Amino acid sequence: MGYTLNFSAVWRSFDDLLFGLGLSLLLAVLSIGIGCLIGLVLAFGQTARQPLLRAPAGLYVTVFRNTPLLVLVLISFFTLPQLGLRLSKTNSFVLALSLYSGAYLAEVFRGGLLGVPKGLREAGLAIGLTEGQIRRRIILPIMLRAVLPALGSTFIGLFKDTSLAAAIAVPELTFEARKINVESFRVVETWLVASALYVGTCSILAALLRRVEARLSLAG
Amino acid sequence: MSAPLLEIRDLHKSFGSVEVLKGVDCTVQAGEVISIIGSSGSGKTTMLRCVNMLEDFEGGSIRIDGEEIGYLTDGGRRRRKPEREIARQRALTGMAFQQFNLFPHMTALENVMLGLTLVKKMPADAARATAEGWLDRVGLLNRKDHRPSKLSGGQLQRVAIARAIAMSPRLMLFDEVTSALDPELVAEVLQVITDLARDGMTMLIVTHEMRFAFDVSNRVIFMNQGRIGEEGDPKTMFANPSTERLAEFLKNSRFS
Ligand SMILES: Nc1ncnc2c1ncn2[C@@H]1O[C@H](COP(=O)(O)OP(=O)(O)OP(=O)(O)O)[C@@H](O)[C@H]1O
Ligand SMILES: [Mg+2]
Repeated sequence: MGYTLNFSAVWRSFDDLLFGLGLSLLLAVLSIGIGCLIGLVLAFGQTARQPLLRAPAGLYVTVFRNTPLLVLVLISFFTLPQLGLRLSKTNSFVLALSLYSGAYLAEVFRGGLLGVPKGLREAGLAIGLTEGQIRRRIILPIMLRAVLPALGSTFIGLFKDTSLAAAIAVPELTFEARKINVESFRVVETWLVASALYVGTCSILAALLRRVEARLSLAG
Repeated sequence: MSAPLLEIRDLHKSFGSVEVLKGVDCTVQAGEVISIIGSSGSGKTTMLRCVNMLEDFEGGSIRIDGEEIGYLTDGGRRRRKPEREIARQRALTGMAFQQFNLFPHMTALENVMLGLTLVKKMPADAARATAEGWLDRVGLLNRKDHRPSKLSGGQLQRVAIARAIAMSPRLMLFDEVTSALDPELVAEVLQVITDLARDGMTMLIVTHEMRFAFDVSNRVIFMNQGRIGEEGDPKTMFANPSTERLAEFLKNSRFS
């Protein structure tokens, strides 16, 4: 017996894997960027004093957090064209992951907002700030610092979720790895290298986020 | 007599079905320093918070320099003023809180500057100069670049007072500003307030420090169950309380 590792087929296609990784990162950055905006709006909505704002925000989170991402990806890719919305594979995936990450990030942000002491809003009101100024200049920066650790792990989770784009043939890292696997039959080698690329990228992301965290810490 | 700086008429405030202020009347002239004393739950904090519109109230009126605060009445209907207008009116009064409430992500200087740039629309260098001037007044210029996490309780409260005063309010409201402090830090904060009083700042001071109330104020208001139970100059009131309630309250208070 004995399976001899032979990476030569993988190295030959290594450029494809790197391009795949680049696309994975791009998908993640776009989706997380849009997701953060959605999440912020939802989090402020969910913690608003008016029930009219709280209800729709809560409904959004419930729906998108409880639908598997793969289902959202397939819905976005297959059913939107039926409704007349024609998006490229990549765009339809970004749409699905944005909506999905919006719900997750909303929960992260909401937790952070609940932790901001009420007295700070009142101190802002007392010097004549408007609610909008208080949100932007006081509550948001404090909340973001508080949620940075949770945000980091959510970002990394969402980056890994980009691998589901392979299901609709977006040529990101997982899709490229499967292609090499199919063409070369070097199953173990291909997935070893692909996993290493995911692990390496996530580790670098985590290290970067920890540095941001340390710099923005309120204790400093 | 000149027009009053603050005029509270028949102020009523409920939380749910519980009426907490049951018709408070109070007139304050410019330059007066008034201490508000009374047992826990008598409505002292609520009264201050109404003056600053941190609480809505259902009945009565509050005027500062004759301008009605928070509400307008047209055609017999009472409506809350627009949020921007209320924000502007809140800047007429400064408030210092028991819990300091400094913005933790900003330095002492940035805390004091924020209202100057955002509300008073001062250019940054003018705001900085004003803020540094007030930090100097409370003895903390050498701490201006410190974050709140690096300051003591007494220092935090002095920055918070500087932040409020820097807005040049017509009236300062102090709500038990020394209650959260270690005993050895109380004096430095009371000294700052005493200095402001000497400079002619008009102030309403809710406090449990009877000695301080006695020394600093022209007038003392005793709150009792949502009403003003008694008021007068501190010497007369502390020596000869005219109600049983006040006598009882004073007997149970520290006077040191
Ligand atoms: N947000 C609120 N919701 C419900 N009830 C409240 C609220 N704030 C205050 N109360 C009640 O109103 C009453 C007056 O409270 P207030 O804080 O004005 O008293 P206080 O005189 O400042 O007391 P203390 O000396 O303990 O600070 C109390 O019975 C209190 O429980
Ligand atoms: Mg109180």
